[in-house]
Amino acid sequence: MKQKVKQLRLRKATKNKLIDSGLVAGFYLIVMLILTLMQAFGISGGYQLRGMLMPIGAYLIFALSLNLTVGVLGELSLGHAGFICIGAYTGGIFSILTESTIPIGWLRLLIALIVGGLSAALAGLLIGIPILRLRGDYLAIVTLAFGEIIRKVVQSFYIVQDVNGLHVSFTKPIDASTIDQATQKVILNGPMAMQVPQNATILLVAILAVLTVIVLHHVIDSRQGRAFMAVRDNLIAAESIGINVTKYKLIAFVISALFAGIGGVLFAHFNTVDPTKFDYNMSIMILVFVVLGGLGNLRGTIIATIFLYMLPEWFRPFSKYRMLFYAIVLIVMMILTNSDSPWVIKLKETVKGWFRRKGKTLAEDAHEEEAD
Amino acid sequence: MSFISYFVNGLSLGSVYALIALGYTMVYGIAKMLNFAHGDIIMVGGFVIFTAMSTLSMPPIVAVLMAIVVCTVLGVVIEKVAYRPLRNASSISVLITAIGVSYLLQNLAQLIFGTGSRNFQSVVSVPAWRINDKLTISGETIVTIIVTTIIMIGLTLFINKTKTGRAMLAVSEDRGAAQLMGINVNRTISITFAIGSALAAVAGALLCSSYPQIGAYTGQMPGIKAFVAAVFGGIGSVPGAMIGGVALGVIENLSKAYISSQLADAIVFAVLIIILLIKPTGLLGRKMNEKV
Repeated sequence: MKQKVKQLRLRKATKNKLIDSGLVAGFYLIVMLILTLMQAFGISGGYQLRGMLMPIGAYLIFALSLNLTVGVLGELSLGHAGFICIGAYTGGIFSILTESTIPIGWLRLLIALIVGGLSAALAGLLIGIPILRLRGDYLAIVTLAFGEIIRKVVQSFYIVQDVNGLHVSFTKPIDASTIDQATQKVILNGPMAMQVPQNATILLVAILAVLTVIVLHHVIDSRQGRAFMAVRDNLIAAESIGINVTKYKLIAFVISALFAGIGGVLFAHFNTVDPTKFDYNMSIMILVFVVLGGLGNLRGTIIATIFLYMLPEWFRPFSKYRMLFYAIVLIVMMILTNSDSPWVIKLKETVKGWFRRKGKTLAEDAHEEEAD
Repeated sequence: MSFISYFVNGLSLGSVYALIALGYTMVYGIAKMLNFAHGDIIMVGGFVIFTAMSTLSMPPIVAVLMAIVVCTVLGVVIEKVAYRPLRNASSISVLITAIGVSYLLQNLAQLIFGTGSRNFQSVVSVPAWRINDKLTISGETIVTIIVTTIIMIGLTLFINKTKTGRAMLAVSEDRGAAQLMGINVNRTISITFAIGSALAAVAGALLCSSYPQIGAYTGQMPGIKAFVAAVFGGIGSVPGAMIGGVALGVIENLSKAYISSQLADAIVFAVLIIILLIKPTGLLGRKMNEKV
């Protein structure tokens, strides 16, 4: 009898995986249900909520993948937007080029996802090899530098297609006289926005977000994932028990870049793509999601991303103050969760006291917490 | 001839970067934190001068002094309210808090002054220096170079000769030991923030005079560049920040002139990466050996 109960119980990691992927899927199902009901009863205003579904999915992928580098591997990266940029541009250019050869939208997007993801992963590998030997803040600034370099280089490209093939130019616009005007198709025009066929659907974004959760859980729960965490917790100890630190850092970095690229391709297929979007503010926004959700904790990242992405939108009526409010929330949350100064601890105790059951002393409570 | 003018302009831009980078590097050396909001202090300084001169029609020198006072107070307050509670927290949570402060300052500025950028009236009234027909050096450039040189010499003397300055050195060397020797660490950190913010105010005045525009995001890119300059010179090292800032400004201006204006920023960042790959702690940074 006892045996049977044991078999029915799932492993903790499997359970977490199910809960987290269910969380993402559930979010999409519930929101879609609400939207359908709203439409059925003729309530207007669902437009904004619907418009947020695809960006939230893309940001979920960005934040989850960044959590692998920052939370699980423990290396601060401020250049995540660079990989997203590479994904968005390679995937986007692929889609534009093959628009007539592959007429089926979803198939084209699927291949674009692979192309964009792989190019971002390759970039991650090429960048990761030299820079991952740097430590801490130095690594952070170099990732920031790479993110900006990628953006600046991408916005210096000019690509035009005509009957004669592709015209590619770097840093200066293409001479109009060399292009066949009748058949020309501008693909990339320097810092101008790129027009990618908008094939992404809410369903596809939701599926990819759920898949990202599952795959990242697999990665973290694997031998490699444990190696990442060992590197994070103590580099020297990890090295001394025979973990090849450089190799595992590189693996985590490349996987992170791969997913960032995939998310970037998605992003390009429901959004206009222009290089100013992928600046370091984007990297920082994603980092905020990851840190507030809890480093190394996928569930926290999911909740924080959904909540924080929607937060400024809820305050749209006070649109002037919404980013101000966001900034204050950010500071207050960081201080409340991380500070060890006496007044913060006292404040937390007081707040806890409001929710404490009557007739219980502080000591009993502490004892109970310890027992947990 | 044009090379000299590009070079001098680069020197002037670089000395502004150096002023900002000093704030970054001193705070990093002493509080071991990346103060991402430092760039926005420049913007605050700029706006104080803008308001003082346009609305209150004060003379430029009073406006600049007012900006220095406001920024100094602001820097100390930010440190007390936002960073001090996190003194023992992980560096990443302090970083996020600093980002929060940066958002806060930017959005406050946007709320007060609107989203567009305003024209900034130069605080410098020195006439341009015409060397010959082809080469003219603007008054702003001359003043920037002179002011920053004086400030740098003064700061170096302050750090090495005065008691407070040496206390700052001691805290950055070993906070625990400094405390045991009777140094008030909290006070030293406050002073560091005060000096850094005052320098940022001066940098704001000079920057906005050379590029006569001001908006809520004015401080962002110079802030990032100065941060790069600080890392370039070895973060935590005061002479490193000066060298890094000047080098960065010159590289940026020369690559703008001779390679591509679009790629100038990319080149600056690429130089940083190359330096760090050769010398992982920057030009003058000390190598830290880890003990097990």
